[in-house]
Formats: sequence, C-alpha cells, structure tokens
Amino acid sequence: MDVGDGAVIDRGGLDALIAGLRSTGFRTMGPVARNGAIVLGEVARSGGLPLGWRDRQEPGRYRLEQNQGPELFHWAVGPASWKSEFFSPEEVLWRTPTSDGHVTLAEPDEPARPIAIIGARPCEVTALGVLDRVLMGGKVPDNRYAARRADAFLLVVECGTPAGTCFCTSMGTGPSAGTGYDLALTELVEVEHRFYAQVGSATGAEVLAGVPHRPVTTDDRSARQAVLARAEAQMGHSLDTEGLPGLLARNLEHPRWQEVAERCLSCGNCTLVCPTCFCSDIKDVSDIAGAVERQRRWASCFDLEHSYLHGGPVRPTTASRYRQWLTHKLSTWWDQFGESGCVGCGRCIAWCPVGIDLTEEAAAIRATDGAVAAGEGRIS
Amino acid sequence: MTDTRPTLAVWKFASCDGCQLSLLDCEDELLAITSAVRIVHFTEMSRTHVEGPYDVSLVEGSITTEADAERIREVRRSSRRLITIGACATAGGIQALRNFAEDGAYASTVYAHPEFVSSLDTSTPISGHVAVDLELQGCPIDRRQLLEVITAELVGRRPVIPGHTVCQQCKGHGTVCLLVANGTACLGPVTRAGCGALCPSIGRGCFGCFGPSEGANPEALAGRLLSEGMAPVDASRLFATFYVGNPVFGNQATTLAASSETGSTEQEEEST
Repeated sequence: MDVGDGAVIDRGGLDALIAGLRSTGFRTMGPVARNGAIVLGEVARSGGLPLGWRDRQEPGRYRLEQNQGPELFHWAVGPASWKSEFFSPEEVLWRTPTSDGHVTLAEPDEPARPIAIIGARPCEVTALGVLDRVLMGGKVPDNRYAARRADAFLLVVECGTPAGTCFCTSMGTGPSAGTGYDLALTELVEVEHRFYAQVGSATGAEVLAGVPHRPVTTDDRSARQAVLARAEAQMGHSLDTEGLPGLLARNLEHPRWQEVAERCLSCGNCTLVCPTCFCSDIKDVSDIAGAVERQRRWASCFDLEHSYLHGGPVRPTTASRYRQWLTHKLSTWWDQFGESGCVGCGRCIAWCPVGIDLTEEAAAIRATDGAVAAGEGRIS
Repeated sequence: MTDTRPTLAVWKFASCDGCQLSLLDCEDELLAITSAVRIVHFTEMSRTHVEGPYDVSLVEGSITTEADAERIREVRRSSRRLITIGACATAGGIQALRNFAEDGAYASTVYAHPEFVSSLDTSTPISGHVAVDLELQGCPIDRRQLLEVITAELVGRRPVIPGHTVCQQCKGHGTVCLLVANGTACLGPVTRAGCGALCPSIGRGCFGCFGPSEGANPEALAGRLLSEGMAPVDASRLFATFYVGNPVFGNQATTLAASSETGSTEQEEEST
C-alpha cells in the first residue's frame, strides 16, 4: 500500500488498528465524551470514543446530546485541542538539583511512549502544521515540541457533522483531510457502518495493511463525497477572507474595537482553546531551599502581564488586547509566518463565555471599512 | 554566633485567621522556612513576641476599629516590608458588606447587645491606611503562593503571582467550562487565578474568592448570567461576598441590586 491509496475497514478493523498501535508502543489518545464535552483522553478501543454523542454549539454555548446512533465521530471539535499534547500548558524546562552546592541543569524526562492520535479533525491537523512552522520553523526550534511531533502518529477523521460555530470551508482546512496525517478515515453509516481509509504516510500504509480491510468500491467513494458535501452545506459559520489581512491592517482605529471591548471579559479563553495560539511565559522560580526551576506556561495576549515592558503594559486596554488577538490571527500572522493563524475550528466562538464571534467582528469591520474612532475613542 | 536570618512577623486584624494558618499549612516546608527566617511574632504559633523592627510583616485582616487603625500604623513603622494577605487585608473581606448597609444594620442582626460593640462603620483594606509593599489575594490565600511570596522576598526577586483569570487555570487543567457547557453561574472569567481552579474542577462555579482579575469586566459577565435566567438579586449576591470591598466586584453588586429593586435593568434589556 502507498501514500494516496485507500481501503475500507469496519469497526473491528478500527479496534485492530488501535490495538496494533498500542502493541507497537504508542499511547493511543483520542476524543472522549466526559464532563459534558468532547475532550481528550486515552482510547484503548473504539468503544471508548464518543459513541452516539452529538454536540450542539453556538456562540458561548456548548451542549452534548446522546442520540443512540452508531457513529463514533458525529461531533465537531471540543474545547481541548491536540496542541496541549505537544506544547504543554505547563512544564518545567530544567531544574537545578540542590545537593552539592554546584549548579547543574537537569531536564525532565520525556514520556517513554509516543502518542498516536485517533480521530483528530482536519482543521486540527492544519493547526498542528501552523504550530510546527511557529515552534520548529525558526532559527531556534523547540526541541521538545519537535521530538513529540516527530514520534507522533496522526489518524485524522474527516468531518461529517460540523458544529454551528465551524467555518473550516472559509479557511480551506476542511471538512476533507488535506495533508500532514498518517491515516485519514471517513465514517460512513449508510447501509453498513464502515470507515473509508486513505493512506497519508509510509507508517500509515503499514498500519492499514496490518488490519482487516477490503478494497474501496464506487459506492464507498460516493458515500464519502456525500458526507463531505453534506458537511460543507451544514457549516455553521463563514468568514470572508478576501483581502482580510489588509482590511484589518488599515482599520486599527476602527470604533468596533472599542465596542467589542465592552463585551469582552478579557478572560483569555479564546486564546487558550485556540489550536494555534503559541504564546508562553517563561519564569525562573526558586524554592525556599534554593533550588531553581525554569517553568514555561501558556500565556495569553489578554493578560496585562503579557505586554508588560519597562514601566507598564503596552496594551493596557481590553480594546488593544482584543485588537492584538484578532489582527494577529487574521492579519499579521500572514506577515510573520506567511499563512493564516486561524483554521476555522470555531472554538474561540463557542468557548467565549460571552459568545464573542470573531467572524462577526471581522464582518462588522468590513461593513464599515475605514471608520475611525474619534478623539478619546482611539485605542491605546 | 549572631542569628542573621531575616525576621518575620505575622499580624492579625479583623479576620478569621485562615490566611495566617496557611503558613502553618506549609507542613513539608516549615523547617526550610524556619531555617530561612526567624519568626518573631505569630500568635497562632507561639506566645513569643520580639520587639521590632521586622524585616517582613505579613498582615491579615481588615481595619474595623479605631484601635486597629492606629495599630496598623505602628506595624507599618516597625516593618521594612509589609505584605498583606487575604481578602480582608486587601479588600476589607466579607465584613465589608457593612460598607453597603445602613449604620449598624449588621451589628444589630448579629449581636444581642450591639451597644457593646465599638467599631467603625466600615471595613477597609490595609492599603487604605498605610503603604503596602505587596498584596496577596485569596479567601483564604493559597499556601503555595504564600511560600512563593516569602521565597521571593528572601532572594529579592518578584514573586510569580499571576493576575490573570481562573479560566486560564481551568483550561490548563482541561476542566470543561461550566458556564459554556452547562450554564452554571461562575465568576471564573473575572476572578484572579491562584486557587488552582478548585471549585470548577468539582463541578461548582467559581465563587470569586481571589477577587477581580486584572482588567476584569464584571458587567459583561453579569449580562451573561442574567441571560442564563439568573435573577439580578442572585447575581448581585454572587459579586457581594469576600471581595465586595473591592470596587470592581462591589460596584457590580450594587448595580445589580439596584436593578433588582427597580425590576427592570439595562442589562436585562441588552440580554433579551
């Protein structure tokens, strides 16, 4: 089997696939329904996936429902993104052991078993690619991130049921799988419950060849196309990306920034659920006995401390911080990395406690392109 | 041999002692702490009292009497560094509810003979009376943060105490948002992190025990709570607890309470 080849597996095949990955030393992680949301957890068999669960998402609101169907992947992305498996929310980069009075640096050990992701969404695979270019693309790559990524196995499942907050079609990241995966599945439930599998890498080919499968038929192909077409038609949101980086760049004093700041909690949830936000804060912390650790934590551009320079924060207002977040995602990311920082997953819309919708904010600025806040309305 | 350890004094004003007990809760680190500092006044630990000056004073509690208003000035005069710990010392505490009531309303509710109580009409933070070098928030404070503050003081660095929201700790731990996924009233989006996002991790909305986060927007959160069907009076009470003495929460509580009395609110109109 080669890259680009396809085959069809059933649920037993999926179980064999998971078992095979585990027997070759992978930690198999996937989506699980827990505490009222699709979150990430260890998945030892297909029955651990969100069987029969369906999500309902709208700005600031998320609910899970059981519909008793046979589907394992009848949902869109939840609050957690796979970013956290490669770029930890909180980790120690090194510490100085206390023993002999000499300073020595010790790096914490990496987990022994690499991760195999069972059921990432196409937008999430794109997001990991975006993160790769940020964290591995520069002169000083993040070694730890790079090692975790290099060892990972990525099984993507194409989207059949986007949420009300999804807009991957606008961003060109879904609902079909692009590149950057080992195996792609499409869940098909008409006639028989099965998965249309596509090979994305040599490892993926090896894994697929090792489980019971059958050749793809014309019916399978058209069933997959129908799933993707339906997903595109059901896309809950859209974002007009035409000239968007320039639009935002020329509207930095638009009154909308001030207006959104009145609604914005400045809580940082949007940045924490975003699968591409990569800001972190590094602190050297000593303990009472004198040992020192270098700690790295996710940071948010909504924190005052994030823009703290000598004398104070340079983005003291919520308007300036929201503007920073939106313009970086949709505009200056292009200047910095040559692509969009947004993949259209819609997490920031659903998980904003007050339901602020970046597609709506961008559209509002487009509708009044060139408007400038007067006098004290200008943003500092 | 001369004892070169810096001296530490712990002072109590109007409070429950929970914050200063956080120091004794540092069980595993107590020996290391007492190796690093000489505790010269700490009535929860010892009757020993050594006269000042003190290198570091930890102050718990709010100012509610004339006598305490004078005593804190004395503590300030004898302390090189003065650090306030907890909601009472930094914002006036739950007892600052009296600031919003008619004179003596609480005293006559609580005490059989309020005429024996001699106190001010207000409960105010220490910073309202003397200069404070550092404020550590929480009701009670988090013992790990207290340890961090003491450690940082000893080596002369800035303590790592975040000003961001409880949400950031929830997201870091993978706790599903109660407000978004369940409609649970939660002050996490406007509350300072520090507790480790304890309540949401067991399915309870944040009570706001660590006070407002930096840049908090309680009005926007109140709008959301009302749109979830919460009565203005209940939303008001949510903001009127340990940090009611902080204007960010206190003013929001007042606004919601006023709208509750008039029956209709701007926020209700906005949210419908």
